[in-house]
Amino acid sequence: MTVAELAEKLELKIHSGKNGLGREVTGGYVSDLLSDVMGNADTGQVWITLQTHKNVMAIASLKDLAAVILVSDNRPEEDTAIQSNEEEIPILGTSLPTFEISGKLYELLKK
Amino acid sequence: MNQFRADLHVHTVLSPCGDLEMSPAAIVETAARRGIDILGIADHNSTRHGPLISKLAQKKGIFVLCGAEVTTREEAHCLAFFENFEILAAFQQYLDSHLPNIKNNPRYFGHQVVLDEDEMIVEQEERLLISGLNQSLDQVEEEVHRLGGLFIPAHIDRPKYSLTSQLGFVPQGIKADALEISRFTTPEQISEQFPWIASYTFIRSSDAHHPDAIGSGITIFEMEHRSFDEIRMALHRIDNRSTHIERH
Repeated sequence: MTVAELAEKLELKIHSGKNGLGREVTGGYVSDLLSDVMGNADTGQVWITLQTHKNVMAIASLKDLAAVILVSDNRPEEDTAIQSNEEEIPILGTSLPTFEISGKLYELLKK
Repeated sequence: MNQFRADLHVHTVLSPCGDLEMSPAAIVETAARRGIDILGIADHNSTRHGPLISKLAQKKGIFVLCGAEVTTREEAHCLAFFENFEILAAFQQYLDSHLPNIKNNPRYFGHQVVLDEDEMIVEQEERLLISGLNQSLDQVEEEVHRLGGLFIPAHIDRPKYSLTSQLGFVPQGIKADALEISRFTTPEQISEQFPWIASYTFIRSSDAHHPDAIGSGITIFEMEHRSFDEIRMALHRIDNRSTHIERH
């Protein structure tokens, strides 16, 4: 599944990084501690978080993640969105809290 | 130039995790006994004990930097210090308007009390002070600097409530007046890990929550005399002023 398909199925907003919507999604990872994501997330995963700092994008590109989903109507900070466009890793958004969007993503990916 | 021994990160009984023995009077007594010249008072998200400690410390010849240890929205702890009580009060208003209204339960988190110089309770802070503000790291930094304050991310090497734990690594280009490290690392070690911070000034402090720990981390300031401006100049190494971490 591509990020674009995932965004459509989960009704996500696309905040930035449109050029990366063709990335292939291999799984998901949920954490708000960036040190944890840096250590434990895998390439191709979609990362669900409430953090919006620009370091989010540095870690997403370091780990070559497929996309980031910001929960609870959080929006990326300006420099975070700029980096998302540059790295072509989309930042998506939802008004759902972490538990609910994680459940939906899990259902979608386990098929 | 003169040398001054500074411990810039001391909590009081107002911090929920601060020991009940951390009264303003006891802190000043201990700091004086341990030869501390400059004391930074930094309770979690509150500046309210600073002015009294400043007054008590003056009698012992100790200079006090008043401020707080702010919890940003990312839950990264950052020290913030201000030049005078008026600006401190303005920053207190900022804290009050951005701290979530969650009631403290002393059973779980500890008491949050403001004392007078006779160690009598004059006020109990009802809101839980260890919550994160609804302000990002960058927003807090902007507000501290707008008020002419000093902004120093705390214990940046630690696995809890630090830039590295919450944000993975120290953000490049962060507008900090200094970076605080714990006793578990050195400026050389952490600069090896994050080469882009090698040119920052590093301080070490105690992060004391009980009297025994006061002075367990010391930064030496080399400057003309003790004032907010001189401290700022030393942190930025202006006109031959400088700082270095005291060896154990």
